[in-house]
Amino acid sequence: MSNRTIIPFGPQHPVLPEPIHLDLVMEDELVVEAIPRIGWVHRGLEKLVEKKDFLEMTYVAERICGICSFIHGLTYCHGIEQIMNIEVPIRAHFLRTLWSELSRIHSHLLWLGLVADAFGFESLFMHSWRIREKVLDIIEATTGGRVIFGSAKVGGTRRDIDNEMLKRIIAQVTEIEKEMKEISQTFLNDYSVQQRLKGVGILSKADANMLGAVGPMLRASGINQDMRKLNYAAYGHIDWEPVMAQDGDCFARVEVRVGELFQATDMIRQVIEKMPEGPVDVKVTGSPNGEFFARTEQPRGEVIYYLKGNGSKNLERMRVRTPTFANIPAITKILPGIQLADVPMMLLTIDPCISCTER
Amino acid sequence: MVLKSLFSKPATYMYPLLTREPMVGSRGSIVNHVDQCSYCTLCQKKCPTDAIVVDREKKTWAIDSMRCITCNACVDVCPKSCLEMLTTYSSSKTAAELSR
Repeated sequence: MSNRTIIPFGPQHPVLPEPIHLDLVMEDELVVEAIPRIGWVHRGLEKLVEKKDFLEMTYVAERICGICSFIHGLTYCHGIEQIMNIEVPIRAHFLRTLWSELSRIHSHLLWLGLVADAFGFESLFMHSWRIREKVLDIIEATTGGRVIFGSAKVGGTRRDIDNEMLKRIIAQVTEIEKEMKEISQTFLNDYSVQQRLKGVGILSKADANMLGAVGPMLRASGINQDMRKLNYAAYGHIDWEPVMAQDGDCFARVEVRVGELFQATDMIRQVIEKMPEGPVDVKVTGSPNGEFFARTEQPRGEVIYYLKGNGSKNLERMRVRTPTFANIPAITKILPGIQLADVPMMLLTIDPCISCTER
Repeated sequence: MVLKSLFSKPATYMYPLLTREPMVGSRGSIVNHVDQCSYCTLCQKKCPTDAIVVDREKKTWAIDSMRCITCNACVDVCPKSCLEMLTTYSSSKTAAELSR
């Protein structure tokens, strides 16, 4: 038996700008065990409920993550609205769905770029990010921010989109879809990409279920679970089915995310076609008294917000369970048995976001 | 895709020779048209990051652009509509420039 060594991976590592540390127990070039550690970017955002009132906390929720910013804000607002029994205007629900799907496209394109870079296909990385820039332009034109949307609000949305802009979005999304088709051909059919991704990092259906994996990680292992099926926002008004894959390997995770890109463009079209007229927000009076678990689907998977109010302006408790946190057990499961050179790519396949995991 | 990339213009700008025009409605930085301001302090109260300091007595209004998160909450509540969200970002400053 060969000697065992421990190789520290991170918290600073070229594959990921965010700090996660893995103690990789190695036997020659093979990983035997991976012990994760986080805790470098904790910002104490949940504790801020003691200082900021429940309306101001929307801004804090939006800043938990720089990629799924809008869906964090949406989940927080959804939770408060459920506690306070606020009837949100239907147009606001549709706008929320539109922005959620735009964030899904930009997050998945970002991830596809990063994973292409991790497996050594740099031009594919640049093309993914070039297309993502066009999505960010739509987001900036409709919300005023490229990363932090700032359009979530308890009781509706802070901005409306006029019909002319909605038509422009359809045209731009069609253009983006055409370009996404070009890069997805490379992701799904290229020989070298398949050599790096197929058959590695397999997470079985049973393991995915047992370890509580979420999002594309779970759906790539053949489990049909998507929180959008809870029909929050306007997801109940459009036709869609979760994108699935069966193999549970790295390639299956790419397949699911590529599939979700096109699903998102389809959803955007449906949302714009069915967008009803009307107000986008209602006046909020009083303070939340009660508790609620809000569950929504971020690009990375299911996020849970536990919110508890006691009738005062400040919430008593806010707790966030982010998708990356739920996927960390899965990464410790898929790492043993793989080559050291595959570790960075394997870690990326869960689409880790450490700053939202630690908040 | 290769041929298209070879014969098309670069996707990036030659910054700083060329700069990108901000979108209409983009949240860049806050400016106060002080001559119309009534120093009502509503913006100070609504600011989630306490970036705005208003003194009613001395009739002064100041914003710490490093604290401001350009959320637009102050512009939304301003009764005199003297606060404006510019589409351009405030330029980067050194600590010494900020304290001036």
